Amino acid sequence: MAVQKREKDLNILEKLYIPEIIKGMALTLKSMFRPNVTLQYPEVRFEPLASYRGRPVLVQENNGVERCVACGLCSRVCPALAIEVQAAETDQEKERYPEKFEINMLRCIFCGFCEEVCPEEAIVMSKDYELVFKNRDEAIYGKDKLLVPVDNLKDRLEFLRKFK
Amino acid sequence: MNIWEILIISLIKILFIVVMLLLTVAYSVYFERKISAWVQNRVGPNRVGWLGLLQPFADVFKLLLKEDIVPDAANKPLHTLAPFISLFVAFTTYAVIPLGPPIELFGYKINLVVADVNIGILYVLALTSLGVYGITFAGWSSGSKYSLLGGIRSSAQMISYEVSMGFSVAGVLLMSQSLSPVKIVEAQYGWMWNAILQPIGFITFVVSAFAETNRLPFDLPEAEPELVGGYHTEYSSFKFAGFFLAEYANMAIASAMIVTLYLGGYQVPYIEKLGLGYTLTTIIQIASLFIKIGALLFFFIWVRWSIPRFRYDQLMSLGWKVMFPLALANIIWVAALIMIFGL
Repeated sequence: MAVQKREKDLNILEKLYIPEIIKGMALTLKSMFRPNVTLQYPEVRFEPLASYRGRPVLVQENNGVERCVACGLCSRVCPALAIEVQAAETDQEKERYPEKFEINMLRCIFCGFCEEVCPEEAIVMSKDYELVFKNRDEAIYGKDKLLVPVDNLKDRLEFLRKFK
Repeated sequence: MNIWEILIISLIKILFIVVMLLLTVAYSVYFERKISAWVQNRVGPNRVGWLGLLQPFADVFKLLLKEDIVPDAANKPLHTLAPFISLFVAFTTYAVIPLGPPIELFGYKINLVVADVNIGILYVLALTSLGVYGITFAGWSSGSKYSLLGGIRSSAQMISYEVSMGFSVAGVLLMSQSLSPVKIVEAQYGWMWNAILQPIGFITFVVSAFAETNRLPFDLPEAEPELVGGYHTEYSSFKFAGFFLAEYANMAIASAMIVTLYLGGYQVPYIEKLGLGYTLTTIIQIASLFIKIGALLFFFIWVRWSIPRFRYDQLMSLGWKVMFPLALANIIWVAALIMIFGL
């Protein structure tokens, strides 16, 4: 093995440790007086920015119908195989709708691929990060939990239009 | 004073010291967590009680409710004995450290030290050397390689640093010409603090004290990344609490020793020139001792959250090649001071 050479040898002051230790101590002392970054969680909640990838949700139009046309692309692209879509026909203009749309939140890895691939902007990542279940069945979110009115998702939709 | 009065007064002093030591330990754990939080721009424990002040009691309660596990491969008697050695050493050392000048209370003349022995410093050095047995026994008797490595490291480290510690103390002894802590404190009258007269000895003693108490940057016996938990990997519940308490009690004792030997103990420079009454002077002197110990405890914790751990070979070369010669040089320095200025 070739002998490794240091880029820079320590000088005598650095070898004495003590000046360097004082420098480090001064730094930590300074940071003791900096403002805290802690949020007192249950009382103060973190309000994420629009770029935040929380749990994926389905966009619900103002007339109460979901945007999704059940093309199944999200289910296809999902690397964790968390999404299951079952399509059915409808009399509306979009002709197809998801009869069953389930995301297994224990599998979801919040990668956002489903949102990226969706041609209808029908599935987006929300700001919701508080996910609690008591058992595995509860972790499978159906349409009842996934549908969110479009008004609540304006931030994210705007963000997607700007940067996607 | 008859024998009963002496006994009762001694018992009260012992009770006072033990309670104070336990409270100091509890709150140095609390401040350890608080200061680490401040250094990292966090808040720290603030839920249990006002500002989280009851947190240490909650911690201890939790520890006591845990299951006491003894590994199958352990040597059971030694495994049980080890934390008690550590605790015993930690709690008995404080007996010789003077808290203040002698006071008069209810007509009795009371020395504010549990045992005013004339070989106090030797007693402390002897007991801190015993402390190594607690850790080594714990490491060896656990029947786990991580614990064994922690124990071996600890004994090597403590023996190496005891040498430079002893030689630094020799400088103090030359100065005060006595082994009694009370005399040593009295010799540091005014600004004659040993920390000012022999700064090199002060630094070597403080560094050795860090190594003796196994605090960062010398906490190789614990070294979580390499040794899981070092000598207390296989301990739980009350026995673990014993080691935990002993570590913080050792920290308090190291601080008290540094104050006694180098920072003038309870002495406040030029306090008699202020013309305060006898009672007020005594109270200020006792308070100054506690303030000095508190400041040193803060220093211990502050260092822990600033400096990374030394590598094992660095630790050894620092101990033998730097600290030991420096401590020797300090003795010569003190001898020269005494010879030239006749202090």
